[in-house]
Amino acid sequence: MDILNALVAFTNFVIVPGTAYGAQLALGALGVTLIYGILRFSNFAHGDTMAFGTMFVVLITAAMKSIGISFGPLPTALLALPFAILCTMALVLITDRAVYRFYRKVKAAPVMLVIVSMGVMFVMNGAVRMIVGTDDRRFADGERFLITARDFKTMTGLSEGLAIRTTQVITVVTAVVVVAALFWFLNKTRTGKSMRAYSDNEDLALLSGINPERVVTVTWLIVAALATIAGTLYGLDKSFKPFIYMQLLLPIFASAIVGGLGSPLGAIAGGFVIAFSEVTLTYAFKKVITYLGPDGWAPDGLVQLLSTDYKFAVSFAILIIVLLFKPTGLFKGKSV
Amino acid sequence: MSYLSATHMTGGYGGADILHDCELSVEKGEIAVIVGPNGAGKSTAMKAVFGMLNIHTGSVVLDGEDITGLTPQDRVYKGMGFVPQTNNIFPTMSVEENLEMGAFIRTDDFKQTLEQVYEIFPAVYEKRHQNAGELSGGQRQQVAVSRALMTQPKLLMLDEPTAGVSPIVMDELFDRIIEVAKTGIAVLMVEQNARQALDIADKGYVLVQGTNAYTDTGAALLADPEVRRTFLGG
Repeated sequence: MDILNALVAFTNFVIVPGTAYGAQLALGALGVTLIYGILRFSNFAHGDTMAFGTMFVVLITAAMKSIGISFGPLPTALLALPFAILCTMALVLITDRAVYRFYRKVKAAPVMLVIVSMGVMFVMNGAVRMIVGTDDRRFADGERFLITARDFKTMTGLSEGLAIRTTQVITVVTAVVVVAALFWFLNKTRTGKSMRAYSDNEDLALLSGINPERVVTVTWLIVAALATIAGTLYGLDKSFKPFIYMQLLLPIFASAIVGGLGSPLGAIAGGFVIAFSEVTLTYAFKKVITYLGPDGWAPDGLVQLLSTDYKFAVSFAILIIVLLFKPTGLFKGKSV
Repeated sequence: MSYLSATHMTGGYGGADILHDCELSVEKGEIAVIVGPNGAGKSTAMKAVFGMLNIHTGSVVLDGEDITGLTPQDRVYKGMGFVPQTNNIFPTMSVEENLEMGAFIRTDDFKQTLEQVYEIFPAVYEKRHQNAGELSGGQRQQVAVSRALMTQPKLLMLDEPTAGVSPIVMDELFDRIIEVAKTGIAVLMVEQNARQALDIADKGYVLVQGTNAYTDTGAALLADPEVRRTFLGG
């Protein structure tokens, strides 16, 4: 029986990665939920917007490195991020003007916009693959670990190590800053309030003199920033592979729906619910249970509920359960 | 000429005409009430004044200016305030934010207007930090009227403000509306509760099938045996 080592193992393999993954999903889900609340459709192109944004980061990072710019112990990608956000904003606004605006003008049904966004998704997906290819790219540089497993062992004298990667800390810190800024914007500024008003009651917002095109533009700008940040954090933490970003759509949508579509607070909660469910259900608990069990005993199997190949099934299952029993999500969003 | 005068309004939502040569006028500080049987075109007449449907004949003149061709949004800038019958608040925003959104088009400081509105509607002041969607029906209507007042309109239009509220709440709402009119705002109101509404009206319009059937002061209409028999149930 060794509770301390069990706890460290659990933190190392479940809590730390789960928190980082949850923060990435939360940022992604915020983008989806904002589009749903204000433009009133499920944006299937969000995963590929993230891929596009991250691609800009990868390219700008490479350019910066080639002329010798680096960010010390932090990844150079963080320096590239603001420029990439501007590029993604331009891309998203062009897409809106070229594609979505027409469907707004003819007052297309939301389901039509979903199909339209799927079209945008395929175009973006193809474009990214044409520009950077389909390879797996690691673009994180600088210090890899804040605390390595070995350091932790020598520090505490425990036999189990706890490693915290720089990218995990950056993910969580960035997510906190971004979410705080977003909530400040939505709750305190005139433009942010007008976005909430538009999301609440479109007709009354029009009667109050709120300009819908302005609201839509500001929304896209914010969503572009969120998507680029989420994509970059995910890419730094794992790696950048365009196809993976398309698959991320499922856990991101699951997060947004679990939290309640249209509710920013819900998107954050949903992100962590999905992330922790995925990580917990696919983690092999053998080590933790060995520590907790009597000395000299170990479980026979891996004590893994699902193989990691099935992690998307977890999102799917949660999605279905929520849609069946609480279609408006945890935070009373709009029902789908 | 009256402050608001809508004359010869004829038109509908695109199909057959609903309004036929309909006339409405309101003076500043006056309450005008539109009553009539179901489907008489009461709300339609008000929406025509606000520009929410096309009238192919007739004109709407506000303060001597012909505004027939303007969109509803532009009419808000001209001094019209409109309170729809339903969906007239921002439910997930606080009451105070609702009022702020009401003042969205104003670039000047609206603190004073906010205080004036709170003075007329003490219940709104009390609930100012609560989400508007959590309020009772009567309180919501008060928030809705307050929101429209934030632009400092000169003409306030209310589409059945007492729909679905209890008689006590209705009396309370009518009291508030009288106070609003006392501040010099012209009030145009569509009402189902004809008797009570005519009671507070300076001017009453009885519409039947999109046409003015009777027009008189509220008191005179209430006293008219023909109107009583046909529209007020004896």
